[in-house]
Amino acid sequence: MDILNLIRISGKALLRNKTRSALSMLGIVIGIAAVIAVVNLGEGLKQSTANQLSDMGTNLIMVMRANMRRGGVSMGSGSVQSLKVKDVEMIKANAKNITMVSPLVNASGQLVNGSKNWSGTAYGGSPEFLEIKKYELATGVCFTDEDVKKYAKVGIIGQTIVEELFDEGEDPIGKNIRIGSMPIKVIGTLKEKGENGMGQDQDDIIILPYSTVQKRMLGVDYIQQIVASAASENVAEAAVAEIEQILRESHKIKPDGTDDFEVRTQQEMLEMMNSMTGTITTVLIAIALISLLVGCIGIMNIMYVTVTERTKEIGLRMSIGAKNAAILMQFLTESIILSLIGGIIGLLLGVGLSYIVSLFMSLPFVVNAVWMVISFVSCAILGLIAGFFPALKASQTDPINALRYE
Amino acid sequence: METTQSIIRVENLKRTFVVGSEEVHALKGLTFEIKKGEFVSIMGSSGSGKSTLLNILGCLDQPTSGEYYIDNISVRQRTKNELSEIRNRKIGFVFQSYNLLPRTSALENVELPLVYNPLVSHQERREKAQYALEMVGLKDRMGHMPNQLSGGQQQRVAIARALVNDPVIVLADEATGNLDTRTSYEIMSLFQNLHEQGKTIAFVTHESDIAVFTSRTIFLRDGHILRDEQVETKSAEEALKNLPVDNDY
Repeated sequence: MDILNLIRISGKALLRNKTRSALSMLGIVIGIAAVIAVVNLGEGLKQSTANQLSDMGTNLIMVMRANMRRGGVSMGSGSVQSLKVKDVEMIKANAKNITMVSPLVNASGQLVNGSKNWSGTAYGGSPEFLEIKKYELATGVCFTDEDVKKYAKVGIIGQTIVEELFDEGEDPIGKNIRIGSMPIKVIGTLKEKGENGMGQDQDDIIILPYSTVQKRMLGVDYIQQIVASAASENVAEAAVAEIEQILRESHKIKPDGTDDFEVRTQQEMLEMMNSMTGTITTVLIAIALISLLVGCIGIMNIMYVTVTERTKEIGLRMSIGAKNAAILMQFLTESIILSLIGGIIGLLLGVGLSYIVSLFMSLPFVVNAVWMVISFVSCAILGLIAGFFPALKASQTDPINALRYE
Repeated sequence: METTQSIIRVENLKRTFVVGSEEVHALKGLTFEIKKGEFVSIMGSSGSGKSTLLNILGCLDQPTSGEYYIDNISVRQRTKNELSEIRNRKIGFVFQSYNLLPRTSALENVELPLVYNPLVSHQERREKAQYALEMVGLKDRMGHMPNQLSGGQQQRVAIARALVNDPVIVLADEATGNLDTRTSYEIMSLFQNLHEQGKTIAFVTHESDIAVFTSRTIFLRDGHILRDEQVETKSAEEALKNLPVDNDY
């Protein structure tokens, strides 16, 4: 008996019981849909994290002050004033895998423009800071190294501050605003960047020369962070090693001493976040797989019922010359058709579901092709397994008894 | 010598069942022959062994000892698959309860035996099934489902199914058992027509008034052949005409 014939016979048998076929498919449909939706959403989440992180900077490397302990008491992150502008210059001069580097000093203060005011944070950096952190100018210009030298009272503001401090349509360029008591001349505005992965508004920012923040606002000579760009993702680790080496030398740390700084790459942060979403995704997939298994058991159950119910049909088919193998194949095919059709519907449903959810959660819509194939193949295998024992039972029917079965 | 060609030949056929620790001898050594073109009824009360005999003749069961030849092929020591093939090519079954597939058209029901014969193409299958349905007078009912047909019509579909593979013998098991008298006679008339066209038919029944429509009767009792005799065949068509009219509703 050829395959086409087999599919026709099995298909007809399934169509004779449409409701039941549809219901027994449902388990597989839901199982596959759940697996696909979870996988796709997990993938989307991963990508969105990666996007947001890469939005935060180009191959970003951050150097932070170490978390120091004094007498066994943790003083919190950044409790030592170990980083200096000199370190930045050393890195700039000596690190081969670093393309850009900038100090970072923060100071918060009240921003005032006439009658409007807004509580903001000033970020002090070098002219390279913008590019490292992937900020782009919308209008105006960036401050220069000359401005840094002169502690110039100039600044670049993000869109949130533009909206808060200026009337609509008003051009902020050339206007003077104040941070605390210090007047600042706006020389540029930034393009909108939106929220970052942690829900922080990246447009609520005013960027000043770091020297201005250090000298005029804080009155300090240390810096809080160093931000740098590795030449490429591949050399990020080499760049970290270089920075560590340079800073250990510059800080005169003995070979067995503890670093008074900490270097983090974007990659590390990505991995940390991925391992978090990854765990959640794995758990959800496991749950979805269980529902798939339940669906498979559902098909097996229905197939057993079908075989018992159709004892007479089996007896008839045998009496008119169906071989045992033909009966086995018929029921096996029925089960595989059920699970495959269920699988296809589940795939479509899962993709649709992940699309809708990704719209609502504003995640990128990703279809994981590998898992689609895995699901489809496992559907066929599950159908095979679910159908095998009932089909075996059917093929071992004794036609004499089966014909008398009521 | 076509007319004397042997279709079924059994020699000292025995069938013993083991039930618990007891042996039940259902058939105790039967010897007979059915020749091509014969219309034989096999009669006997329940327990006489006629069902056991029919199962063996239909290659659904194997004798414990003795020989069985169908169309001059020995059936002894055949594998299950070989028996399936013999059933598929040489035998047409008609059952008491029709055994049609539900929700499947008459035509597709008739096609069923040919589905299991890889030598028959899809096209051929359809044509043969149509022809078989014409032979039983259901040309205009081909697309009907079993539940849209009367009992007599369903049995006609079953007979068409038994004929479609052009078997050497049609085995009918109480084929009129579920039908009223008039319909029974109609079915017997159909069998007589088929007989006239040269079909070989073995008809198992316990009703003597049905057996009279055949040309030879084998009586079984307790696993033995009690009598094996030619009978004067009554015409089922005549009998149908003589039925009282009020029987028709």
